[in-house]
Amino acid sequence: MIPNQFSYVRAESIDEAIRLLHESNGEGKLLAGGHSLIPLMKFRLTTPSTLIDIGHLSELRGVRKAENRLVIGALTTHREVHSHPLVQEHLPVLAKAAGQIGDLQVRNRGTIGGNLAHADPAADLPAVALALDAMLEIQGEDGAEIASVDGFFLGPLVTALPDTSILTSVSFLIPPAHAKSTYLKYAHPASGYAVVGVCAIAAKDPDGAVEFIRIAINGVADVAYHCVAVEQKLQGQLPTEETIREAALLAAEDGEIGSDHFASEEYRRHLCSVYTERALRDLLL
Amino acid sequence: MAKKVEVSVTVNGKAYSAEVEPRMLLVHFLRETLNLTGTHIGCDTSQCGACTVMVNGEAVKSCTMLAVQAAGCQVTTVEGLGEVGNLHPIQQSFWEKHGLQCGFCTPGVMIASIGLLQQNPNPSEEEIRDALEGVICRCTGYQFIVEAVKHAAQLMAVDETETGNALQIGEGR
Repeated sequence: MIPNQFSYVRAESIDEAIRLLHESNGEGKLLAGGHSLIPLMKFRLTTPSTLIDIGHLSELRGVRKAENRLVIGALTTHREVHSHPLVQEHLPVLAKAAGQIGDLQVRNRGTIGGNLAHADPAADLPAVALALDAMLEIQGEDGAEIASVDGFFLGPLVTALPDTSILTSVSFLIPPAHAKSTYLKYAHPASGYAVVGVCAIAAKDPDGAVEFIRIAINGVADVAYHCVAVEQKLQGQLPTEETIREAALLAAEDGEIGSDHFASEEYRRHLCSVYTERALRDLLL
Repeated sequence: MAKKVEVSVTVNGKAYSAEVEPRMLLVHFLRETLNLTGTHIGCDTSQCGACTVMVNGEAVKSCTMLAVQAAGCQVTTVEGLGEVGNLHPIQQSFWEKHGLQCGFCTPGVMIASIGLLQQNPNPSEEEIRDALEGVICRCTGYQFIVEAVKHAAQLMAVDETETGNALQIGEGR
C-alpha cells in the first residue's frame, strides 16, 4: 500500500516546524517516528498535503528529572522510555507500559509524543499519562504553554492540540517513594492493542490504609479515562479482598464504554472490573 | 506530482543517492530503486516483520518508514550480513539449526535477531521470544528459530573473544 501524494519538508528547528504548519493551512502534518501516521496514510484514512519531518530534532529527545517530575522529550522512542534508567527508577509503570507497545521494531521507531498526539484510545500510554498526572508542553505561534493531559484526549484520534502547535515534551508525576504501580493489559490477540489496559498506582500509610491511589483505563472507551469512582471508594480505606472487589466493580463508571465485533460493551465492562481488581490486589494485598 | 526529494543513504556500507517521491516507502526504495530484493514485503501493515532492516543500528520495519526518513542513515539489509563462504554468525546459525523452512520471513527474522543480540548479547529463551514478537513465520518454525538465535549468541561470543568486534555490521564486512 502506498500513501497518497504529499510534499515533504525537513524542519531544521521547532520554530521552523511551527511556521511550516501555519503555512500549510491545516493540511500539513508533523512526522516524528511515523508509526501511527504512516499506517493511517497507507490506508488513506488521512491524506495530508505536506509532511513536516521533525524526527531528527535532537532537542526533542531525552529524559530528565525536574523536582518531583520526569520530563520526557516528545521524540523519545518507546524503547528509550522502556530502558531509560531514570524511568525505570522513578516511573517503573511507564517503563512497563512502554515495553508492551507493539513489538521491538515498532518501539525502536515509535515516539512518546507521537503516541499521545495520535490519541489512539487503545494505545498503552494514555492511561499511564492520566494516572501519572501528565503535563504536556505545547509550543505554538504564541510561545509555549503547559496543558494537563486531563482534557487533552477529545475522542478517537482527536486531541486538543491546535493545528499549528507541536507537543514538545511530556512530564509525569513521580509517585510517593513507597507507592507500588502496575499496568495490566488484555491485548487484542491479532493487533496487540489494548482491549483493556489498567494503570494503577497506590500507596498505604503506616496503618495500612490507602493514602495514595490513581487508576486510569485505556482500550475500552472512546478515550482513556481516569477512574475517579474507584479511587474515591478506596481512598482512606483498609484494603481487603472485599473492599477491592467492590471498588473494582466501579471501574467502568467514568468511561463511555464502547462496543465492537470483537468485544461487546458488557464484556468490556467485565474486563474493566476484572483487570482493575487484579491490579489492586497486586498493589494492596 | 509531488516534488521529488533527493535521498542519500548508506546501504550495506555503500553510498547511494536517488531522487524519490516523498511517499516512497523504504522497503520499495531498497527493493525497486536499489534492486536489493532480499528484504521482503509480507503483510505491508507493520505486523509480520519480513521487511525488517537495520537503520542506524536498530531493527525497524521498512514498510512503515519513508525512504526520505532514511536520508543520512546507515541501513543494513540481509545482503549486507555475509556471503557464501563468509556467513554472518546469524546466517551460519540459521543454516546449522534449521532456522528456516520456506525462507520468506528469514531476512527479517535474522535482522531482528541481530537487533536483539546487539542490545542483549546473551538473551534467555524468554527474551528471544519476546524480542521476536514482531516477526511472523507462517511455516511456524519458531522453535528452530529460537535455537538458531541461541546458537548465534554463542558463536558471536566466541567471535568477540577472538576478534573483539563480532557485532560490527552496517559498515560493510
